[in-house]
Amino acid sequence: MDSAIIEAEDLVKVFGGKVPVRALDGLDLTVERGGVYALLGPNGAGKTTLIRVLATLLEPDRGRVHVAGIDVRRHPAEVRARIGLAGQYAAVDDHLTGRENVEMVGRLYGLPRRQARRRAIEVLERIGLTQVADRQVRTYSGGMRRRLDLAASLVGRPQVLFLDEPTAGLDPASRRELWALVGDLVEGGTTVLLTTQYLEEADQLADRIAVIHNGQDRGPGATWLGHPGGGAAPAARRRRHPRGRGLAQADPGRRVPRPDRTARHHAQRQRPQHP
Amino acid sequence: MTATATTPTIHGWLARSVSDIAVITRRNLLFTVRLPQVLVLSSVMPVIFILMFTYVFGGAIQNALPPAAAGRYVNWLLPGLLAQFALFGGATTASGLAEDLAKGAIDRFRSLPMAGAAVLAGRTLSDLVRLALTLTLMLAVGYGIGFRPQTGLPGLLGAAAVGLLFGYAWSWVMALLGLLVRTAEAVQAATYLVVFPLAFTSSVFVPTQTMPAWLQPFATNQPVTVATNALRGLVLGPGALPPGRTVASQVVLALLWAVAITAVFVPLAVRAYRRTVR
Repeated sequence: MDSAIIEAEDLVKVFGGKVPVRALDGLDLTVERGGVYALLGPNGAGKTTLIRVLATLLEPDRGRVHVAGIDVRRHPAEVRARIGLAGQYAAVDDHLTGRENVEMVGRLYGLPRRQARRRAIEVLERIGLTQVADRQVRTYSGGMRRRLDLAASLVGRPQVLFLDEPTAGLDPASRRELWALVGDLVEGGTTVLLTTQYLEEADQLADRIAVIHNGQDRGPGATWLGHPGGGAAPAARRRRHPRGRGLAQADPGRRVPRPDRTARHHAQRQRPQHP
Repeated sequence: MTATATTPTIHGWLARSVSDIAVITRRNLLFTVRLPQVLVLSSVMPVIFILMFTYVFGGAIQNALPPAAAGRYVNWLLPGLLAQFALFGGATTASGLAEDLAKGAIDRFRSLPMAGAAVLAGRTLSDLVRLALTLTLMLAVGYGIGFRPQTGLPGLLGAAAVGLLFGYAWSWVMALLGLLVRTAEAVQAATYLVVFPLAFTSSVFVPTQTMPAWLQPFATNQPVTVATNALRGLVLGPGALPPGRTVASQVVLALLWAVAITAVFVPLAVRAYRRTVR
């Protein structure tokens, strides 16, 4: 039984224009259910393009993609009912209050008005924005906007949560706040796939890290690199995120490699591990 | 509880679409109420135009007025301004969409299990509501400075209906513009580049017969002139129209233009919307 919640095979996406850009170049990806996964890579590596394909915003030119068991290209609407997305810019309406923003998302998920209101209260409390919920978002700080964006992405109780550069542009304190929040989210079985260019962020948040570069995959199999003792993440927090079956167990002595242009690590397909 | 899965029935789909359109329309209308710049554009500018044109230009244009205007420029001007602000109202359609694109709101909407048509339908519908409010305000102000429809209430209501339909059709043109141009500043410029020439080479401010001969063929037949003539005819009677044109023909032509513009630009806008991927 395949428990992979995301499966992508041979993804290709080329952006046209004077100089065509191969944002995704035959990329394979497998993500198991549960836990936090980080795609680490420099700007232009294809991380955002990949997230957009997985979140049904972009159609790939070639390749198979399944999220939560559903073919993304054939049934995008059903995928959307099961995912949440917090993009690079906090996509919240300035002129609405925090509560109105979240309620609106609830309504667009198909919730009747009363349920949308109740769900908004729940989610705002979880994210810690109850105090400011009735202020217009244009009065919020950058960190609060990001948290609201995260709250909006949780309204539909997604099976998979996509976070694209969740803390880009935030000050260190807001960044740490958001990290703590993301850590809590994984309880309840949500799988989180985030992209980042910061090794520290991947280190802090993720159980599994894969490096993506040039949208390419040149190797036969993917390795999600495990999370050995490196990083400041306390061992207690990591214990709350049980590792899925069949994941590569990294040798505790081996460090997570940094994105290294000369070495050319690529996000590749998971090879089944024998216990 | 998982989010509502897609309902297979037509009834369910329709109910969801209507609900989604209503949610987006409400969101867009709240922009108008809560953002001062939009409120000003919709309310203060029309009032300034009415007052400025009536009192500054009224005396000079007096001599060119047909008798159907009962000697008042404001009678002749107001239907024209209604048409013009139907055009200008589209500026917010374009800039609103461009901003939604830039800020990631469209991405958010696209990642939700909502009716895809609701974003554009909600945008044009909210602008229709805003136009209705603007027209009401303009009629109130116009009435205050002497505007009197010579054909009574049915003519006035007919003019309002034609004006709103025309404005609705036009908002789809502007939706396309906003989706193509995408940056807020460029959209402003593009809007004025499109709207001003159309407004000034029409019968909004002056009768087209007074324009140079080389301009007249375009000016007399372009949709803004036709719509303006239809509005004037409905409000002031046939005497307000250029010679050889009847109210009925201009109204029918205006409605045909509205239908044609809608039929052409709705699919174009939808296609542009689908293609807005960064």
